[in-house]
Amino acid sequence: MPVNFLGVFAKSPIKPIEQHIDKIQSTAELLLPFFEAVKAEDWEKATELQKSISQSEREADTLKHKIRMRLPGGIFMPVQRTDLLEMVTQQDKIANKAKDIAGRVIGREMRFPEPMHDTFSAYLSRCIDAVKQAHKAIHELDDLLETGFRGREVTLVEEMIKELDRIENDTDTMQVKLRRQLLDLERELNPVDVIFLYKILEWVGDLADLAERVGARLELMLARS
Amino acid sequence: MVEVLVTNGPWLIMAAALFGFLMAFGIGANDVANAMGTSVGSGALTIKQAIIIAVVFEFAGAYLAGGEVTNTIRSGIIDSSFFIDQPELMVYGMVSALLAAGIWLIVASWLGWPVSTTHSIIGAIIGFAAVGVGSEAVEWGKVAGIVGSWIITPAISGFIAYLIFQTAQKLIFDTDKPLENAKRYVPFYMAFAAFVMALVTVTKGLKHLGLNFTLIESYALALAIAAAIGLVGKIAIGRLKFDPKADRMTQFGNVEKVFGILMIATACCMAFAHGSNDVANAIGPLAAVVTIVQAGGEIPEKAPLVWWILPLGAIGIVFGLAVLGKRVISTIGTKITHLTPSRGFAAELAAASTVVIASGTGLPISTTQTLVGAVLGVGMARGIAALNLGVVRNIVVSWVVTLPAGAALSILFFTLLRNMMS
Repeated sequence: MPVNFLGVFAKSPIKPIEQHIDKIQSTAELLLPFFEAVKAEDWEKATELQKSISQSEREADTLKHKIRMRLPGGIFMPVQRTDLLEMVTQQDKIANKAKDIAGRVIGREMRFPEPMHDTFSAYLSRCIDAVKQAHKAIHELDDLLETGFRGREVTLVEEMIKELDRIENDTDTMQVKLRRQLLDLERELNPVDVIFLYKILEWVGDLADLAERVGARLELMLARS
Repeated sequence: MVEVLVTNGPWLIMAAALFGFLMAFGIGANDVANAMGTSVGSGALTIKQAIIIAVVFEFAGAYLAGGEVTNTIRSGIIDSSFFIDQPELMVYGMVSALLAAGIWLIVASWLGWPVSTTHSIIGAIIGFAAVGVGSEAVEWGKVAGIVGSWIITPAISGFIAYLIFQTAQKLIFDTDKPLENAKRYVPFYMAFAAFVMALVTVTKGLKHLGLNFTLIESYALALAIAAAIGLVGKIAIGRLKFDPKADRMTQFGNVEKVFGILMIATACCMAFAHGSNDVANAIGPLAAVVTIVQAGGEIPEKAPLVWWILPLGAIGIVFGLAVLGKRVISTIGTKITHLTPSRGFAAELAAASTVVIASGTGLPISTTQTLVGAVLGVGMARGIAALNLGVVRNIVVSWVVTLPAGAALSILFFTLLRNMMS
């Protein structure tokens, strides 16, 4: 084999990380049609969607492992290797959470009380907005590299992360309202179902929390510059 | 008159010329991938374009700016006064050195070690002189200078690369209108590349073509060439077609297109620099053999290079890259992800300037080493997605191993040759 110095260029982890967050986003977005089916009590369709969510989560896992294998020690990057790996771990947890939510709902054939339908839909889509916002910020890694992780581009990404925090705040407020609503309804419901409904509300909120943590990792990377 | 040199002179010259040519061939075939790899890897040049540029500018660099380094290798490393009584030993030694360096390069390539041609030949020359004749025969002061330059030049080129990259960030990337600023400033970088190349050519290379300029004339000429190249660059950039629906995201894509034009200029510069410094590794020893044999055994302190030597080396390099270079370069392919032209240019321009200036002062430095330094410089400026420090370490180790390896082989061949001839 011909010998040249180009071996010093290691494969960039940026594209795979972007692909990973793409996969994460599409996994989380599957929850939207999933809950539509649940509300319509179309269990056949819901089960099908739950299977796609699981499948999608497994694919995200594979991507995660590939990224880790690609970043052994001795790789020199513009950002800390540990920060990058930690960020990928956080990204991956979003898909895990989506899988858990769908699995639990299917497992118990959970029914959502009619009055909560609209508020829950709004809450879910806001939580997924947070994931989308994290996705958008991660896709700035390309441009961050172009600008040497410095200057205007950093400010731009910091803005995106602030927006992500605002979205997460929204979801907190919405969750409080939903809990209040559930409290008013819970006397008419099966107590065990109520416990699991609270759980699901929490887990859906976790999607936004985890998305915020991805943003926080990204912010840390930029702060260490 | 030394009997052996008179009877065997033509044969010795022919052997040295053959080995020198083969060495130049090897340099062309193998090292060209280092010199042109960044341009091809960042997608600024196709393989065919890279070969054409390499053919033209390697030849120009070797022929026009290769003389100083050739002289250093011919007569700067060993103290010729120790060979006055036995000039044939110097001839045998230089032939052995060529053979040793050539064989070491083949072995190293086979093992997959990225060794340096410069280090092999310097190690080989020191080897036969120190062991075959005596350690006093080596100009240790000059050797120390050369080896010191191997440590300093990568650092310098890394520093320059860091600065160039930072200026590009300040002037172009971190602004409101990166594309407009790229169009405005990139021609200046092209002019700078042309200026360095032209200045070394004019001050060092045109002498042996019989053209002599004063210092002021040289600078004026180099500036004029630089301005012309800058203007050509501006026109070329003006003819680029950009994605009209460019939002903030794709804007950098358009900016990189502008840098693609710049990389054509820096690739020329790199090929020129490589030719100017590395041709001496092949023909420096040959030049020594020819000088001594033609003087009938005397070792003149300063002698003009025989006219055919530089072209022989230049043609060897061009031959090597034309015949085998394509295969070598094509293995680079698209392996390098995320090496965009704006990074490649900073590394290439820094390395090329460092090498060309070193060539002008006669220092035989390693092109590859300088490039690695430059790439690390851009990496330090947070410009490259991921660098393999393990590979950098292997490269450094293989350089260190090359000196004793080249020396040992050349001692072996020297002893054999001396016994054969006596």
